[in-house]
Amino acid sequence: MKIHIPNSAFLGNLNAFIKRADFSDSSTLYITANEKWMSVHPVVLCMIAALGVMVRSESQEKQPILCERFTATSKHYFKRMGLFDFLRLDSEIEIVEHESAGRFIPISQIQDSKTLSRFIEDMIPLLHLDVKQSQSIKYIMSELVRNVLEHSNSQYGAFVAAQYHKKTNTIRIGIVDTGVGIKRTITRSHPAKTDADAIRLALTPGITGTTSKEGGTDYNAGAGLFFTKSISKTNKDFFVIYSGDTLFKLLKKQVEGSPLHSDPFDDRHTIESNLPVWGGTVVGVDMTLDDNEDFANLLENIREAYTAAVRARRRKQYKKPNFI
Amino acid sequence: MKTIKLHPLVGTFGENKDVARDVRVEQIVPILEVGKDLTLDFEGVDSVTQSFCHALISELIRNYGVDVLDRISFANCTEEVKAVIGIVVDYMQ
Repeated sequence: MKIHIPNSAFLGNLNAFIKRADFSDSSTLYITANEKWMSVHPVVLCMIAALGVMVRSESQEKQPILCERFTATSKHYFKRMGLFDFLRLDSEIEIVEHESAGRFIPISQIQDSKTLSRFIEDMIPLLHLDVKQSQSIKYIMSELVRNVLEHSNSQYGAFVAAQYHKKTNTIRIGIVDTGVGIKRTITRSHPAKTDADAIRLALTPGITGTTSKEGGTDYNAGAGLFFTKSISKTNKDFFVIYSGDTLFKLLKKQVEGSPLHSDPFDDRHTIESNLPVWGGTVVGVDMTLDDNEDFANLLENIREAYTAAVRARRRKQYKKPNFI
Repeated sequence: MKTIKLHPLVGTFGENKDVARDVRVEQIVPILEVGKDLTLDFEGVDSVTQSFCHALISELIRNYGVDVLDRISFANCTEEVKAVIGIVVDYMQ
């Protein structure tokens, strides 16, 4: 596998970073980097860490991870976010440890439910968020990581990281796994020929890989990704999901006054297939902290959209008696 | 009328579905089974996820029918908690 860390890789230009990567040979991971400057979204760090942990654990090679010496002036960021700890490499980068509060959450690996609950509790003070700002972030983190723990079948769990960006007053979040991917999960209960079909279904309210029954099981309703996408859409933020060979990107600019759609393809988005195949799921979210819709109002809007979608599907499946 | 206080079990943010399912199976169902009504007291719980709420009550509506909502009261809910309960109750009917 090969990864090149470019000078810039954020949700808006993530496609270019992915296109340059090669995830095919999992016996080695070779990391190169821009020599002068690297500025990346936490989701990129999570992807590299997730691959590193997988390769380190599964490869028979003596030196399964090779990483070029970082020379860019921004190299300290990668050290501070804990990337080299996950790769188990000596970065030869010296940093003066500052108090991390208010700035970032370094890459964390979450493998069980209790760890997730503790992580969410610790996360908000680290990002210095007030109650109102923290609601959407806690919600998204919980739903997305639980998706990984319940559906990905990954022995390595979820890799998460977050970064507060002062200039744009935005929290950038990455949640990544190297599990079975959305298509294998969703096709347990619903037909999907391509990764794009599977992503579309996964973002549709009431569709879960655990059952084809309306209303889900006692444990799953198929709502987590729809809620997350809806929060992003309402707040006019980027939301990216990449699984298999396909990357779906909800664009920041939506049609003014556009309602929440049950079909993600009705939202302003881009979708690109035939990318290097990621054998799991990658989710990136940007959350602008100012001018956000009140969370209770947002939930009310989601309720209307969700219920309408589920009822419409039920009406479609409703069979009338055949009187002759 | 029995009362189940959720804050000691879930803290300020109800998101752990395993805990929600345990509360349903080990506490709510036994009360309903003996014909008693109950109150779910959310005092101190600021918000909950849809997944948490689904694991807590969806199976009750499926198994006992929607009339089970006449036997369960939701106390001290914030606007956010009310909204999420409303979502689950809506799509289960």
